[in-house]
Parts: sequence; C-alpha cells; structure tokens
Amino acid sequence: MPKIKVKRKSTFIDMTAMSDVTVLLLTFFMLTSTFVQKEPVQVATPASVSEIKIPETNILQILVDSNGKIFMSLDNQENRVDVLQNVGREYGVEFTSEEINKFKLMNSFGVPIVQMKSFLALPTDKQDMVLKDYGIPIDTTANPSNEFKAWIKNARNVNGDLRIAIKADRTTPYSKIKEIMTSLQDIRENRYNLITTLKSIPADN
Amino acid sequence: MAEVQQKDNGGGKGKQKKMTIRVDFTPMVDMNMLLITFFMLCTSLSKPQTMEISMPSNDKTITEEDQTKVKASRAITLILGGDNRVFYYTGEPNYEDYTSLKETTYEADGLRAMLMGRNADIVAQIKALKAEKLEKKFSDEEYNERAIKIKDVKTAPVVMIKATDDATYENLVDALDEMQICSISKYAIVDITDGDKFLLDNLEQKGKLTENIDREQMNKN
Repeated sequence: MPKIKVKRKSTFIDMTAMSDVTVLLLTFFMLTSTFVQKEPVQVATPASVSEIKIPETNILQILVDSNGKIFMSLDNQENRVDVLQNVGREYGVEFTSEEINKFKLMNSFGVPIVQMKSFLALPTDKQDMVLKDYGIPIDTTANPSNEFKAWIKNARNVNGDLRIAIKADRTTPYSKIKEIMTSLQDIRENRYNLITTLKSIPADN
Repeated sequence: MAEVQQKDNGGGKGKQKKMTIRVDFTPMVDMNMLLITFFMLCTSLSKPQTMEISMPSNDKTITEEDQTKVKASRAITLILGGDNRVFYYTGEPNYEDYTSLKETTYEADGLRAMLMGRNADIVAQIKALKAEKLEKKFSDEEYNERAIKIKDVKTAPVVMIKATDDATYENLVDALDEMQICSISKYAIVDITDGDKFLLDNLEQKGKLTENIDREQMNKN
C-alpha cells in the first residue's frame, strides 16, 4: 500500500500587517495621552456634570486625602524652586543647591517646612513611602504658622497666572475643606477650580 | 509582503540560486504590544474635569450696606448633614415650627425636583434656548450671553449652601452640581449658623426643643 504523502506546508504567518496595526495604535497612544502624575495618595474625586477641562499649564494642585492631609503640586519646575526658597526664607530655613535640585524633581510635596531638609536627604524610594504620612500643616486659628497659606501666597507671587485646583477625595469631611477654603479666602484667592470626574447630565434636562 | 525576491541577473556564469529574504516580524509585534500595554497603563487619556467656583471675599472692611440682601421669598437654604442627608428651608428660618425644615435626598426626585420646581421658569427658558441652539446652531458665545440674560432676573431663587462638619466633600460637589443642572446662577457656600444647627436638632427631636427657645434673645436678634 502506498503511503499517502501529506504535503508539508509552511506555517509562516506574515506579521507585517499586524506590525502595522500595532505601530499605529502605539502612535495613537503616544500622541493622545498624558502621563499619570505620581501622587502621594490615591484620591477618588467626586463626579459632576461640569464639562470644563482643566488648563494644561500653570496649575497649582491642592491634593486632599480622605483624612484631610494636604499635598501640593506645581507643574512648573522653575517656579517650584522659587517657591521653596521663598517659603524657606519666611520660616528661616536655607536650602543647599543639592536639596533644591532634589526638590525640583519632586512632583508633589507636602512636608512641614522644618522637616523639609531631613525629608530631602532621604533616598527617593524612601521619600515616596513617608510622604503620605506628612502633609502641609494648616491651622485656621490666628496662629501665624499656617504653612498652607505661605505656600499658596508665595506660589502666587512667583507666578501670577497660576490657577488653583483642589482635588479632594469624595469622603473628605467638609470641615477639612472648609479649612482650606477659609485659608484661601484669607489670602484673597477667591476663584479656584474643583477637580471632578465626569458624570452625564440627566436626560430630562 | 515581508519578502524580497532576488532576481537572476541574466546570463551569469555562476548558478545563482533564487533567494527569498523573509523578515520575521513576530518579535517586532511582541515589542509593540508590550509598548502599547505600557502606554495604556501609565498614561491617562482623559483630562480631569473641573468645576469653577468663586467664593465671596471675606474682607472685614465690607459694611452691612454693601452686602447683598436677598428677598426672603427668593432664598432657599440647603443644609448638608452627615450620612448623606440634606435638608432645606425657604425664606427666613422659622424656629417655632420644626416642620419648616424639610428633609430631602440627593436623588433626582429629591433636591433636583424641588429646585426645578422653584426655578421652573428659568429652566424652561434655558431648555428652549438649548433646543434653539441645536436647530439654528448659533455660536457658544451667543448662547452664553443669552443664558446669562435669562438667569439674571429678579425672581430667580438664591441658594445658600450650608454644610455641617459631618458632610463630606462629595455632598458639597453634589449640591453645587444641582445648582448647575437646575440653572441657578446665584448660590453661595455659607458657614452654618447656630440657628441652623438648632433647626436641625429640633427636627431630629420632633420639635421638643421649641419650648427651650429663649424668646427674649430671639427678639433682640
């Protein structure tokens, strides 16, 4: 009996088309997306119907976690340095150029100014771990050591076009938000943005 | 596709074999997929939304006369309580009658229905304007201009949002959101007063506190 010879076929699949598609997708993602900023605490923002987008630059973001701890981020690195120096001068803390360089690369900050020096001396991975335990002190009593105010005031002096945006967790108690709002009012910052996620407008409207 | 065929170049002496150069793109695809995954995980496509808010200045030099007085008939006071509860009263607070403070919810049939009812006139006009905009397609500026004109009437309700310390940030944003949905242009976030706290307590205790009101004190105020 003659054996039936199965003709061997090459299993080569042409991946060129596939490669085209993936490169296209990659280009799309690279062009449309922005990198997620590293934030010291995870915050779930409340939803609103507001459709205004946040501007790209000159943002001073105030991050408030669910316990009311405050962190800040400034998008402009040069401003960040000036603000640190000015706040430091106000509280009598001088920073070395090495510390300033380290601060320049930090996305978010939120450490009491007296502890800032020892914080900057830590290695970067350690910084990320301990940052969430700090927070900028805010004291709404007449106490002059309201560092939150000092940061905002100096940031405003350095950059007049700065927009303030508050990003708070949805479970943050109102009393903490009120502290921030009254502090902002005290230094005549009466217009600011609240960062929210989008929720669709009810249909009957 | 990814192959190049080399042709025999004429009458050469040497036997040139017909060669097919094939490039295998599989590793390239692997790498691209990896990159795509990286970009999808580490970047965000959507920019966050914001809600613009302007607070009144708390300048101490502002005198009584400068402050805007609101007609009692237009005023609505919202009190945001703990546990996602919300209360409201209209006009002047009535300390004698504990039922003047009513409880509602953040749902569509609660707070929104109440505000819509109060602001029905303006809501209807804005709705008509929106429909007109869809039909005629006039510019956003014109729309905004006309919307402001519609909202700027003397009878429009003015909402005071007073949050207790038990309320959460989400409650505040929800309340502000309702203002936008219900086309209320005049609203303010105000500190809660002792009177409002009393109203809340009185409602909880179903009017038992009414007897304790210090009438003389009230009259002085």
